[in-house]
Amino acid sequence: MAISYRVEPHLLIVGLEQDLDLASAPDVRAALDALLDRYPDRDVRLDVGEVRFLDSTGLGVLLGRYRRLAASGRSMHLVGVRPAVAAVLTVAGVRQVMTWEGAGADEGHEKGVVADGGSQLV
Amino acid sequence: MEEANSFSLEVASHPDNVGLVRLAVSALAAGAPFGVPDLEEIRVAVSEAVTNAVVHGYGGCRTGRVRIEATLFPDRLSLVVSDQGRGMEDVALARQAAAGDGERLGLGLLFMETFMDHVAIDSHPGRGTRVVMEKRVPVAAMAADGD
Repeated sequence: MAISYRVEPHLLIVGLEQDLDLASAPDVRAALDALLDRYPDRDVRLDVGEVRFLDSTGLGVLLGRYRRLAASGRSMHLVGVRPAVAAVLTVAGVRQVMTWEGAGADEGHEKGVVADGGSQLV
Repeated sequence: MEEANSFSLEVASHPDNVGLVRLAVSALAAGAPFGVPDLEEIRVAVSEAVTNAVVHGYGGCRTGRVRIEATLFPDRLSLVVSDQGRGMEDVALARQAAAGDGERLGLGLLFMETFMDHVAIDSHPGRGTRVVMEKRVPVAAMAADGD
């Protein structure tokens, strides 16, 4: 599994570098949870620039971590979102609950908006 | 008239095979003038159908069999993903399931229906599930390809 992280005073920056699907979900979920436990007072920036594939199973991992963080007043922001991943996030309505931005100029720095947490997804 | 290209594949209901099937279908679909976003959408839809078979059809048991029949016609890609697993009582009810860590079925069906042009699911408790999906080759791309 390819996962890297960097700790800043108020921010945990995590980089994922693999497809997120049924095969990778258990390990990615466990690794992310371990990091969230180890740094319980930081917001999270998740760099998905190397994630070339995301389906509903992978999205479930991201939403589950988002929900954990939100429950303790922390935020999760996705950066480096590729077009293929953006399409999945958009269809799922993630834009309403989690902030994210695209991988480059072309995909428009599309930014989601933090809503009041009322989405059915979380 | 060009002939269709096709393959049939039967894999164990192992999580690693979701990626294997995705790769095989991508390779077949690349033989038609689909755009990159189309191919990405096909990959997601295939992944969802096979994941459904592994997770819901066989409940995580890795010894079940999942069959994929993929046919690339001049104007469309046709996919049939079938299993002999538990089946679903009510597909409409499954569609409403919310996504979270443990439950992704609702979103999986949403992705299949959003990203493909046609989706039909036939499922019977105890007899398995059969998902038929189609994606049309963009008309403009077909015309250009035929020149």
